[in-house]
Amino acid sequence: MSILEVKDVGKRFGGLQALSDVNLSVAENSVHAIIGPNGAGKSTLLNCFVGKLIPDTGSVMFDGQSVLGRKPFEINQMGISRVFQTPEIFGDLTVLENMLIPCFAKRDGAFELNAIGSVQSDKEIGDRAMQMLEEMNMADKRDMHAAAMSRGDKRRLEIGMCLSQEPRLLLLDEPTAGMARADTNNTIDLLKQIKNERDITIAIIEHDMHVVFSLAERITVLAQGTPLVEDTPDNIKGHPKVREAYLGETA
Amino acid sequence: MFGLAKKDATLLLVVVGLTLLAPFILNPFPTDSAMAQFNAGYPDLMQRFVIFGIFAIGFNILFGLTGYLSFGHAAFLGVGSYSAVWMFKLLSMNVIPAIALSVVVAGLFSLLIGYVSLRRSGIYFSILTLAFAQMSFNLAYSVLTPITNGETGLQLTLNDPRVLGISQTADGSIPVTGLFGLEMRSTYTMDVGAWAFQFNVGYYLCAVALLVAFYLAIRIFRSPFGLMLRAVKSNQQRMNYTGLNTRPYTLAAFVISGMYAGLAGGLMASMDPLAGAERMQWTASGEVVLMTILGGAGTLIGPVLGAGFIKYFENIFSKINDNVLHGWFSFMPDGLENFVITIIHPFIGKGWHLTLGLLFMMVVIFLPGGLVEGGQRIAALFKRGKKDDDGADTSKATTPAE
Repeated sequence: MSILEVKDVGKRFGGLQALSDVNLSVAENSVHAIIGPNGAGKSTLLNCFVGKLIPDTGSVMFDGQSVLGRKPFEINQMGISRVFQTPEIFGDLTVLENMLIPCFAKRDGAFELNAIGSVQSDKEIGDRAMQMLEEMNMADKRDMHAAAMSRGDKRRLEIGMCLSQEPRLLLLDEPTAGMARADTNNTIDLLKQIKNERDITIAIIEHDMHVVFSLAERITVLAQGTPLVEDTPDNIKGHPKVREAYLGETA
Repeated sequence: MFGLAKKDATLLLVVVGLTLLAPFILNPFPTDSAMAQFNAGYPDLMQRFVIFGIFAIGFNILFGLTGYLSFGHAAFLGVGSYSAVWMFKLLSMNVIPAIALSVVVAGLFSLLIGYVSLRRSGIYFSILTLAFAQMSFNLAYSVLTPITNGETGLQLTLNDPRVLGISQTADGSIPVTGLFGLEMRSTYTMDVGAWAFQFNVGYYLCAVALLVAFYLAIRIFRSPFGLMLRAVKSNQQRMNYTGLNTRPYTLAAFVISGMYAGLAGGLMASMDPLAGAERMQWTASGEVVLMTILGGAGTLIGPVLGAGFIKYFENIFSKINDNVLHGWFSFMPDGLENFVITIIHPFIGKGWHLTLGLLFMMVVIFLPGGLVEGGQRIAALFKRGKKDDDGADTSKATTPAE
């Protein structure tokens, strides 16, 4: 059963055909990686899933409903959460406040004019946020300024914020880009743990082969805007077309 | 207390004390002393402190929380004033309906301007609001003369068709604004020794409005809505991808701050029933920006402090002239006296803007958090001093900022 169904998607920027004839199907409760060389159209494709871009042709269905033409916040409310290449968190707020915001968004929807109630006395939301911080091992940092944390911690917080909304599909855009080896391994462990503990589908765009091969159950290789192959990690490793297009001689 | 955390309740009580006792606090010098000109405890000025305090509190809900810098808030203040004066002309001299209409009309007007301006952010938003405010000013000044009475300003006349009230009093003069019979202008003077303290009905009406406005601002700051507004300032991208629609949040903040401005405008007209287009000019919009930044944007008490600071300078420093200076420095030899006065001259009287400008620059450079940050630093110094002395735990001391 597939949760994300991409059919014949094409996108052109001026003279550049960024995506053409992309067909892709992400199975529910799987980890699906999309890899490809620079400029292959990975980020463009991801942006088509979350409402940042609208493809010129084709369709993107999430759980039987089209996401095209919907705004990012509407798509999030449908159950898709996105983690960015550079962690996007609320840097001016404390770690706890960062966690409170997605909890409010999950319970109260896209807009709720509650100008008189008190954040502090909302037990339900407060407990939920603290529980999530504990799951992320960040409870001791609750009063810290989010901007003051290390890159790895910011990433952990961002993933925690996404998970607090119990999304059905988690999209990760190069989650370990620019990270030190230790932080990368921590992130891989965290994602593995998430996968084991939750009913969640993860779609991941990644450059780092170490990350891809330790997480993915299925891999789509994108080259020049078109999927080249889709297969299991083991088959992808040995695939001649992939070696040629992406992995090069060293792989 | 009142649904507030202890720290906020303390702050509210301090503000209650300060506003209610203002006629004493602002009048520290005996009436006949040389320092009497530094007294600010007369009704006209006290009303202004409080009214501009309300204006700045409202502005801070938009600018301090969401970071959207509006350069057109004076338009809402002006619209509020015009609405109130029309209410006095047509309905009654009671201030309640006038102020209510001011808030409603300013709210509707800010809904319109906010809806359009909030399509852009950053400098483009500021320019859009500035353009709208200048358009409003010019409309009020020339085009909409039947409603605004152009450059003369809208005033009460002897033949206003007042539905619930009289067009003129028995002795043929214009009736005065009041609250169910209490005249806004009536003042009780209490003479204590060499001091004269003035208690004015209008001031206390404004003070009550300020306290309500301040209380609501605390509630907004601590509410989920306030948290979302701070999130808008911090990272709109993350907000959108967290399932939150930023547009209605910013629009609601814009309308709320517009209503605060309308309340200030309505109170202004209630104290003195006239309204002129100059209230909507861009310099007036800039003034509230200065007040908020000077006091501390994003803090609760900062805008009130900033408003008081600027209005005090405007009214007190501008009154010091060369004669006053000669009085102060008469102990010096003639040549030196004239030299000192020549140096100080540009900074006083009509030059008060120069002094204010220099102070503003110093605050922005050395205290980016405004006067509130200054207060916090001083409090921190004291705390450290105390700790060194007796090692007592002073971590519970309140910070006025939050």
